[in-house]
Amino acid sequence: MKEFKIKTVDLSLFYGSKMALNSISMDIPQKQVTALIGPSGCGKSTYLRTLNRMNDLIPGVRITGEVQVDGFNIYDKNVDSVNLRKQVGMVFQKSNPFAKSIFENVAYGPKINGTHDHKKLKEIVELSLQRAAIWDEVKDRLHDSALGLSGGQQQRLCIARTLAVDPEIILMDEPASALDPISTSKIEELIYVLKENYTIIIVTHNMQQAARVSDNTGFFYLGELIEYGKTKKIFTGPDKKQTEDYITGRFG
Amino acid sequence: MSVVLIIAIIIIMLVIIIIGGKDQLSWKFLSEFPQEGMTKGGIFPAIYGTALMVIIMSLAAVPFGVITALYLTEYAKETSWIAKGVQFAVRTLSMVPSIIFGLFGLGFFIKFVGGGLDKVFSGGQLIWAQPNILWASLTMALLTLPVVIVSVEESIRAVPRDLREASLALGATKWQTIRKVVLSGSKSGILTGTILAVSRGAGEVAPILFTGAAYYLASLPHSLSDQFMSLGYHIYIMSTQSVNVDQTLPIQFATTLVLLLLTFTLNFVAVIIRSRLRRAH
Repeated sequence: MKEFKIKTVDLSLFYGSKMALNSISMDIPQKQVTALIGPSGCGKSTYLRTLNRMNDLIPGVRITGEVQVDGFNIYDKNVDSVNLRKQVGMVFQKSNPFAKSIFENVAYGPKINGTHDHKKLKEIVELSLQRAAIWDEVKDRLHDSALGLSGGQQQRLCIARTLAVDPEIILMDEPASALDPISTSKIEELIYVLKENYTIIIVTHNMQQAARVSDNTGFFYLGELIEYGKTKKIFTGPDKKQTEDYITGRFG
Repeated sequence: MSVVLIIAIIIIMLVIIIIGGKDQLSWKFLSEFPQEGMTKGGIFPAIYGTALMVIIMSLAAVPFGVITALYLTEYAKETSWIAKGVQFAVRTLSMVPSIIFGLFGLGFFIKFVGGGLDKVFSGGQLIWAQPNILWASLTMALLTLPVVIVSVEESIRAVPRDLREASLALGATKWQTIRKVVLSGSKSGILTGTILAVSRGAGEVAPILFTGAAYYLASLPHSLSDQFMSLGYHIYIMSTQSVNVDQTLPIQFATTLVLLLLTFTLNFVAVIIRSRLRRAH
């Protein structure tokens, strides 16, 4: 049943005794963009981070339920979370390039995976930077520090870095919230192109962005998934009143 | 007011030392052996001995210090009793008077380890169970270990958390993240810690008093089982036990000046690196 790339089944998450996610069940289709919206602190980012087990890093976190990627529960005892993250990449809210050169940033992932042949690395780096729509801007300064790039460029570099590992799924946690409108629209264009080859899940505060960019949308509130469906439907004719109130700005 | 007083005292000390020693300072002074009972000649073997000792000391203290700092910051849970124990040990170690290190070096390294080595490898012949540059360097390494640990710890903690997350999210293991992101980002801190340790080690005398420093050696140390001369010890001996204290006075001043310049420069360099490191973050 490989219809859905990711499927969460009654997923709940606890910080100690406090429940942060309440029994979330979502089916996320392949090679589409799924947006997670909702007010601050309602669990969207927490949910996103369960999909690549980044929550494992926080002490005291407990998960019940399942997260299935390609049908396998990634929280199963036998699953290696390190390998998982090569399949499920993540782009963070605030861009976080390493204090290394642009080239070394993108080559980081492949090198970790054992690729050391310089010719191969050059190919991967060029391809990833092209796919992230930033190749033309950096091709002449690959060995300059990544920290010299602008905010928008750094974020696209981080996307290139994630693409270099060739994941099947890309998680994006408010990737454009720290960026100016022009950089934001560049990232949105990029997402539109990337979805041809990757399954993308994006957390966003910006409802217009969700409406523009995504195929499916899930509305989170206070740790619960209130409604989930095709973006068009959520934004034009949602089933739940809470969803409608949020979309129309009555609270947020 | 007290700041002015302290600065005044330091300036007076420096002026006395510089006036007393500047005439004696010359390239010859730095490159020759002492002659005629320390009343003439240079201090080269003391410079060489000090340098060799701090190198061996660093080879011992820095890796061990980095590993400890890594353990404390990356592996130990903050509240675990092991972590608390190590933190306590490091703090205590930094407060121990330096003469105690000397006694420890004598009892542990020379008598116990050295004695054991002699029993096992040379059938009782006295080779390792006596003062030498190896034991002195290891003793000094114990004294400077807290300095290294604290400095490295500080720079590891300065590496932002989101860089570690970025690395892990790309499918790196914890150890890969430590090697490629944390340690490579802490290079300045490791360097600062090393320089501070070297500066401290170059100047301390008590730990090497019983463990390896010698008053006068006709030749430079060739192996780890040789004794060595050191700047700090040289000053002490000349000012307390030389036959003609007046004649050696200019040499005492000059040696003090050399040691001070060395320590000041090292500390200064460490401070610059540290402030550059802080500004970069």
